[in-house]
Formats: sequence, structure tokens, C-alpha cells
Amino acid sequence: MNILRKKSKANLPFSETVIELFIRLCGISSIIFVFGIFFFVFREGAGFLFNGLNLTEFLTSVEWQPTSLNNKRYGAFALIVGTFSVTALAMCIAVPFGLGAAIFVSEFCSPKLRETFKIVIELLAAIPSVVWGFIGLTLMNQLIIQVFNAPIGLTMLNGGIMLALMSVPIIVSIAEDALKAVPDSYREAAEALGATRWQVIYRVLLPAAKNGLLAAVLLGAARSIGETMAVLMATGHSVNIPSGPLSWIRTLTATIAAELGEVARGDEHYQVLFIIGILLFTITFVVNLIADLVIKGIRQE
Amino acid sequence: MFTETPIDRRKQLTERVVRIFLLVVTSVMIIPLLLIIGYLLYKAIPVLSFEFLFSNPRDNMRAGGIWAPFLGTIYLVVVSLLVSAPIGVFAAVYLNEYARESWFTRVTNLAVVNLAGVPSIVHALFGVGAFVLFAGLGESILAASLTLAIMTLPVIIASTTEALKAVPMSFREACWNLGATRWQTIRRIVIPNSISGILTGVILQVSRAAGETAPIMFTGAVFYKTIAEGNLFAYNITEQCMALSLHLFTISTQVPDVTEGTPHGTAIVLVGSVLLVNAAAIVLRVYLRTRKKW
Repeated sequence: MNILRKKSKANLPFSETVIELFIRLCGISSIIFVFGIFFFVFREGAGFLFNGLNLTEFLTSVEWQPTSLNNKRYGAFALIVGTFSVTALAMCIAVPFGLGAAIFVSEFCSPKLRETFKIVIELLAAIPSVVWGFIGLTLMNQLIIQVFNAPIGLTMLNGGIMLALMSVPIIVSIAEDALKAVPDSYREAAEALGATRWQVIYRVLLPAAKNGLLAAVLLGAARSIGETMAVLMATGHSVNIPSGPLSWIRTLTATIAAELGEVARGDEHYQVLFIIGILLFTITFVVNLIADLVIKGIRQE
Repeated sequence: MFTETPIDRRKQLTERVVRIFLLVVTSVMIIPLLLIIGYLLYKAIPVLSFEFLFSNPRDNMRAGGIWAPFLGTIYLVVVSLLVSAPIGVFAAVYLNEYARESWFTRVTNLAVVNLAGVPSIVHALFGVGAFVLFAGLGESILAASLTLAIMTLPVIIASTTEALKAVPMSFREACWNLGATRWQTIRRIVIPNSISGILTGVILQVSRAAGETAPIMFTGAVFYKTIAEGNLFAYNITEQCMALSLHLFTISTQVPDVTEGTPHGTAIVLVGSVLLVNAAAIVLRVYLRTRKKW
């Protein structure tokens, strides 16, 4: 291939050189955009981040009073706790279902049933987040009020269930890929020793695919952390350190969505929202990076 | 010698229990899908009609139809598609046909993965910072579409890469041996042989872009705007528009006393269009698999 490349370069027509340049530019566009996102979000928030914002207070205080007239407070701790608690709850629901479904689809299913399940999962993944939020606001709200006898159903539990339903498809598809990547010879060797299907899965496949499964869970969590509309509509949207699944919370993402429309550009409050954006970007970037390293780790083995 | 021992019997039992348990766990996922569609349809039936689709919202969005948001969503999707489809497809061509295995390719792939992982609200902030303010587009269909385009780029890149990878290497080699250049090979052999797969990705981009709310909220979608009913060219891409997803958010959280069923009707139109588009992608993929000759 390399010889071919060098030979053809010498007498390439001009139009082709232009096209190749364009293709190369498109190829690195993702890098440009990722840096661009960081740059532009940083640019809007940088002024206040380095000059004025008390970072310790931002990360540890629960007082979020950006619109107060004489006592403005930018403490995002409750928002951070809100984001992570609703994500943790969502993962508690989504991980067993997601991994269970992935094992079933990849190991127990007939090909026809597998296709059906995969289409269902794909359609589930396609439902827009605002619709999940709407379902949380109407259907799940009433359900929680009736089942738990709660005064209001817009709670962490509601948001957690919505997020779980949204992240299950990701977990299933990545976990299934991870299980598929385990060589068939492993399965055959174990079966030849007299292991049943479940013993093969439990003793051989799960240990062999554990990195991929971990990556699946991480990416599912990253999706939950970044989700905006569903949590904005379904979790009650009130700054609060949650005491249980039935308390209401507010997340980082929902705060930006709810408040960005009401601030003036260049305002401290406006800049703080962009700083929250930087925080979110960093969190998801790190989680995605870890997931990528975990996946790459398997390949090198 | 091969009679069943109690251990064997226990093994069999575990096997059966696990199998049924996992089947139940998997089947449970069908329930929310059916439940959502069923619930929305049931509530929306009274308002659903052609008039609902083709008339503007009335009485401060408390009643009326969804024409303005519906057309707005179409505008946003089409413009974002025009941007992201070429960039995405060519990016995948670069990654799969030009780039060699190196640290740079790894970084590029990592960038694609991370771009897919950036939260939608951060894309919104980026759109505000880059397109609305820095590029001076203001809050407009164009700014919102560009934000959507960048957000959905990874979808197209991932599925196009998949499609290109499915074209056997021998096809390319045969073409090179005939003296074709790299680009000629891509244009005449690789892309025609993977066009259905590429289209699937493009279709998925459409469905993703149509449903997004957060990225367009502050970049070009507006709560309320009246446009001429029945005119497909009622919007100008340098102006703001309504959008189905944002409209659903608005009438279900911000507007009091909305006519019963209107939010559900909006939701079912949104879900229906998205699922229809997805179903089209699935059908295309299945058709492609049956037709494949290699």
C-alpha cells in the first residue's frame, strides 16, 4: 500500500490533490471540534473563573443563589451531588438489566430473536430525551405518587428511571460487542470440559470480557451525566442534597438549560454557567477517556 | 456411566432458571417502548388530525396545531444534514482509506469517541460561544443547525466507517492494480459498494437531530413564532424558528392550561417521526444484508 501511495503521488492530477486535501481536513475535523468546544466554552467562562470566582466555594458550597440581589452565591456542590446521585441510581437500575440483556442476546438467543431484541433496543435508544422527560412528567409522576404515596412524583427516582431507560441501550450494545469479542475457542474449551452454558458465561466469558463490560457501564454513566432535558423535567429541579430516592434534586446540566436563557451575556451568572459547562465537559471527557483506555487494554492483551 | 447425578440435575436447573430470568430481563425492555407509544397515542387520539399538523399554535400555545414547530424541525434537520453528511462521510473515508495506524489515527478516533460523549448542553454552550456570538450568526436556524451538525457528526462517522470496513480489501486491490488512484478507487468502488450503509448512518443522523432539544434552545429555536400556514418556505435560515422538541418542553412545563392532549399529540408526532426514520434505516440495513453478494 505504501509503495502505491508514493508512486501515485508523483503524477496525481490537480483535482485529486484538492480532494485529498479536503478529505484530510474532514478527517481531522473531530479533533478541531473537540478543541473548539473546549476553547469556546472556556472563552466565555474564563474571565470569571480566574478573576472573581471562589473555586473552593464553587465546588463545596450548597448555596446556589445566582439571582439574589445582595448575596450572590455560586455554590455548585448540591448540583454536583445531584448529578452523581441520579446517575448512580440510574446505573443501579440500568446495569443489571443492560448486562443481563447483553448476555441473553449474545449467548442464549436464536438469531431471529436476537434481531428482534436488537431492533427494540435500537428504537428505545432513538426516543428523544425531551420525550423521556415528558413521560417522567406525566406517566411516571402519577405512578410514583400512587405507588409510594408521595406528595409529588418528580423526584430523583423518576429521573433515575428515565436515565436508566436511556442508558440501557448503550450498555447493551457495547457489552454485547465485548462478549462477542471473546474467542469461540474459549467457549468450546469450557463446554468440552462439561460446563453448562451458564457456567461458561459465569466462569469464562464474564472474566474474559470484564474490561469491555466495564467500558459499557462507564459509557452508560457518561450518557446519564450529560443528559439534560429528561432530568430537567423529571427530577423536580430544586437545589437540594438528596436524602433518598424520593427527594428532589437538580443537576449541573439542568441548571444550565434552565438559567442560560435568563442571563445577560458577560454577567457573572452567565460566566458561571459556562464554568459549569467546562466542569461537565471535563467529567465526561475523563470518563470517556477511561472507557477508551479500558477497551484498548483488552485489544493489547 | 452417564446417569444423572444430583449435581447434574442441579446444573440443569440453574441453567433453566438463568435462561428464563435473562429472557424476562430482556423482554422487560419491550414494555417501556410499547407503554410509551401506547400511552401517548391513547392520550393524543382526540387531538390528532391533519389540521393539528398543518395549523399554527393558538392562544399563547394553549391550543391549535404544531405547524410552525414541525416545519422548524424539518429546517433544522435538513440544514444540519447538509453540513454534517459530507464532513462525516469524508472523515470516515479518511480514517478508513487514507490514515495509517499511528498515534495520530488513535488521537483522531479518540476525538470522535469524545465528541460523541460531549453532553448536549455543552454543545449548546459551544454553539452560543462559537456560532451565535463569535461567528456573529446570532440566534438563527443556521447557528442551531451547525450546532446540531457537530453534535451528530460522530453518528455519521461511526456508521460510515462500519460500512466502508465491510467492503472487502480485495475490491480495492483489484482496482489499484488496474492503475486507479486512491480517490478513483474510493469513488468508483468503495463508495458505490457501501452506499446503503452510508445512507443508514445519514438516516440515523436525521433521527438524532430531530429529537434534540438542549443544543437548539439557545442557538436558534424560539418558544413562539407565527409563520404562514401551508408555506414550506416560511422560514428564513438567518432567523429563529420553533422546533417540535422545544415546543413539547414549553407546552408541558411553561404554559398553563394547555388543551388536554396537545402535548401528547406533539410528543407522538415527534416520537412517530423519529421511530419511522429509524425503522427506515433498519429496513435499509436488512435489505442490504440480503442483497450482499460477497
